[in-house]
Amino acid sequence: MVGETIQSNWVGRSVPRREGVSKVTGRACYVDDLSLPGMIHGATVRSPVARGSVRALRFDDPSIPWKEFTIVTARDIPGKNVVTLIEHDQPLLADGVVNHPEEPLALIAHEDKYLLERARAAVKVEIDELPGLFSIEEAEAKRHVIWGEDNVFKSFQIERGDVGKAFAAPGVRIVEGEYRTGAQEQLYIEPNGMIAQWSEADGLTVWGSLQCPYYVHKALTPMFNLPDEKVRVVQLETGGGFGGKEEYPSMLAGHAALLARKSGRPVKMIYDRAEDMVATTKRHPSRTRHRTAVTADGKILGMDIEFLLDGGAYATLSAVVLSRGTIHASGPYDVPNVRIRSAALATNHPPHGAFRGFGAPQSIFALEKHLDRVAAAVGLEPEELRRRNFLKHGGVTATGQVLKEEPGLNALMERAMKESGWAEKRERFARENPEARVKRGLGLATFMHGAGFTGSGERNLASVVGIEGLADGRVRVLAASTEIGQGTNTIFSQVAADALGVDFMDVEVARPDTKFVPNSGPTVASRTVMIVGKLVETAALSLKQVLLDAGYEVGDVREAVRRYIAERGPLKVYSQYKQPPGVFWDDKLYRGEAYATYAWACYLAEVSVDTATYEARVEDFVAVQDVGKVVHPVLAAGQIEGGVAQGIGYALCEEVVWKQGRMMNGRMTNYIMPTAADAPPIRVFFAEHPTPHGPQGAKGIGELPLDGVAPAVLNAVEDALRDLGGGLKFSSIPLLPERVYETFVKGGLA
Amino acid sequence: MRGNAPQYRLETPRTLADALAKLRAEPGRWRAFAGGTDLMVLLEAGQLKHADYLSLHRIDELKGLVREPSGAWVLGALTTYAEVLEHPELARTFPNLAAAARETGAWAIQNRGTLGGNLANASPAADSVPALLAYDAELELRSASGARWVPHAQFHTGYKTTVLKPDELIARIRLPAAGGNRFHFFRKVGTRRFQSISKVCLAARADLRGGRVIDARLAWGAVGPVTLRSAHLERSLAGLSAADLGDAKRRSALLSALAAEITPQSDVRSTRAYRLKVSENLLGEFLDGLVAFAAGKGGA
Repeated sequence: MVGETIQSNWVGRSVPRREGVSKVTGRACYVDDLSLPGMIHGATVRSPVARGSVRALRFDDPSIPWKEFTIVTARDIPGKNVVTLIEHDQPLLADGVVNHPEEPLALIAHEDKYLLERARAAVKVEIDELPGLFSIEEAEAKRHVIWGEDNVFKSFQIERGDVGKAFAAPGVRIVEGEYRTGAQEQLYIEPNGMIAQWSEADGLTVWGSLQCPYYVHKALTPMFNLPDEKVRVVQLETGGGFGGKEEYPSMLAGHAALLARKSGRPVKMIYDRAEDMVATTKRHPSRTRHRTAVTADGKILGMDIEFLLDGGAYATLSAVVLSRGTIHASGPYDVPNVRIRSAALATNHPPHGAFRGFGAPQSIFALEKHLDRVAAAVGLEPEELRRRNFLKHGGVTATGQVLKEEPGLNALMERAMKESGWAEKRERFARENPEARVKRGLGLATFMHGAGFTGSGERNLASVVGIEGLADGRVRVLAASTEIGQGTNTIFSQVAADALGVDFMDVEVARPDTKFVPNSGPTVASRTVMIVGKLVETAALSLKQVLLDAGYEVGDVREAVRRYIAERGPLKVYSQYKQPPGVFWDDKLYRGEAYATYAWACYLAEVSVDTATYEARVEDFVAVQDVGKVVHPVLAAGQIEGGVAQGIGYALCEEVVWKQGRMMNGRMTNYIMPTAADAPPIRVFFAEHPTPHGPQGAKGIGELPLDGVAPAVLNAVEDALRDLGGGLKFSSIPLLPERVYETFVKGGLA
Repeated sequence: MRGNAPQYRLETPRTLADALAKLRAEPGRWRAFAGGTDLMVLLEAGQLKHADYLSLHRIDELKGLVREPSGAWVLGALTTYAEVLEHPELARTFPNLAAAARETGAWAIQNRGTLGGNLANASPAADSVPALLAYDAELELRSASGARWVPHAQFHTGYKTTVLKPDELIARIRLPAAGGNRFHFFRKVGTRRFQSISKVCLAARADLRGGRVIDARLAWGAVGPVTLRSAHLERSLAGLSAADLGDAKRRSALLSALAAEITPQSDVRSTRAYRLKVSENLLGEFLDGLVAFAAGKGGA
């Protein structure tokens, strides 16, 4: 057998990005760079209201030459009018009723994209408006029932031990709190875009900016009643996703395809920033209520958590976002009695969807914010309360998972405190703050993020990766996992090069194209390095085994591959995911091994709060995490730095302003994301305790940084202002200066 | 981009006379494009209503900086933010203008955007306009039939409106010399550190002689329909010494007088209550700075 030990010649080194040169020289082809002969442009006519029944769509404005246009409505859909995902509730085009602002009603196409824009504005939409639901509270109260029988897309309950008994235990203190998080826009640099081409002979082909080629494939086949082989999905260079191109491209691909089918010409649909911001998915807003039973010496006996998400108008991915948020809600703590009840509710907002962290940033924000309150209630420093409750090797999570690894949380936290100068600064800030106009504070959060799909998810996906030899002896990785800026191409090359013992540049990664690559699953859930990377490694080792079995020397693999192909023909092997033995998950009771492994972290923020302008700024940030093995130091640090910056936006400035379900600030001048000037020095430190589940020990990393930033920042803001009015409490994000000011007013301080 | 560029017309006259003749020949048809950094945002969003523009960027007569013997500075209306920042003496003499230029947009905007354009665009949230207003700028308005000088304080007449006639252009901006030892204060509170639009902006200056304020200007952005001066407060400051300004009672009277002079609103960027309070706090910062200045070398 080969591969007993793999030498790290490439993994662990910051090699150049595989597609880096083509990106910086402008040769990389994004969807809007691609033009097909005879191609026309498509646009979407959208609902101006949140909820209602559609009386009519009129294409009769005399200033528009409507005869030149291709017009598509729900009646033109040859198959099912549904965007297939988990539930089958979201139509591709609204048919009679609308359930959120900007819901697609019709599609138009023309070769002149400016005339198209005028025509879109000239379509007359007549809708009888119905009252809508615009908050978690309104959905909860069932003021109207807009989905199912009770506005509930999905609910979960996790139970461990006996919460009732914990709260009744003698001498415990009970600490309660309510926490809220807002919607957040992914703001990938490249808006959504897709090109579709239709022919009777070949069926349907789409090219686009997307994360999950096989999700799009799965959605298109029932829309058009086509067999799998008549639908082809090609991912082009993609300018970021962050989850925002997980489910939405299925909708856009369907739209472009409908126009292509009806017009008989290739159709390009590119959203501009404004359309992308108001119409596509965002992070779910949340409300979390905590009740915690804690002993006088700071041992948490019980947690009772209620976690609610605003799912928007259709189910989309809300059930799985809720699942991840629910499982992460009790954090990296060993609590003997836990009850977590959660639900994703329907409102008349555009559907909320996948966004880096996927439910965990919401529930971890609430928990880590709440734990500072719990610490204060029993007179402990925030780090000491956490220290007394950390999960350890052999400890048990809320779902009953017995940890087979040592998280090392205390060491991560000690490192973060040391790097930040915690002890000295806490003392200094406490001394200087009372006299200062600009006050300083420190806050931390300890947390984890489960890598890969939840529970039985990976088993059900059963992902496949291929690797094939090329005639010149190089190899090509075949996977549907996409490069969306995070480094997939580079990391797969490193992993395969080490497994084969070849040069990094002798490995190429095939463009994700469902005609040529197997389904390695979606590019989501921090699974690409750990789950798919492991499959790349396994496939590479199998290829080497095939060479050995055929009698070739594998001292020089490139030469062996070249000779094998010359002498015997094609060389291609596949590797499929198999669940490791002993993994148990009960989907009904939500008990068992929620994730094969977790990345563990402690983040520490230093902030200043200007009491003249109520602005909080992050002045310094320390991010310490154990991700198993760092495959590529520069890319890994980049993931953390980007995630921290995105987390600072989530915490302090990125607010979606809603009015009757519609986003009112769909522009980058009024939806405020932080710039480099708003970002502090972000100091990134890695611990490396390898997991057997990932290539050379690597775990998932992509989502982790979003989870811990907002609570660390808000804990630091509370710390900075603790000498004012007996301590001000901040329980919601984004914490805009206006909210800080309102809290000052409530505290009688302004 | 939602705007359809071919629907618009942009002409580039080479001389001021040519531009003014065009404005005179077809009144109301042409509007000035003096950098275009605000207009391009509207074009992108498909909201640019007016169709025909004269791009002024080739007209040398609207450029350049001259220092008069009186100590006044005369700036061409097409002076860019970058030019303000690149001129150390100008930036030293009018530090609020330099601070405003530094906090306007990003480098691309600072290279392209002009002071004249910022004035004519007449946004209440403009950054350079409060700075010019507090320095008592005078604006030379030119048309085919001649020129007139208008005090900046009379230029903006209401939300997005000015005294500029359809055939007029802003040609030059004159900034008079200080009347004494000058204390400058500028603070923009935006939605983020840079590349943001003001929620509150205060550009202020006070000229001192013999230890007393002889003349003060407080110009505000984003707290009313126009960039505006708080004239009552300015008058209240005149004649005060460091000791007067340090008096707690007087200070609190000055702070509470502000609310009557500004009319902030709630909008997508901020709330009325926040703007009022932060304006008051900025005034407090200005007064603190002024006290320190008057008590120090500025009071000499």
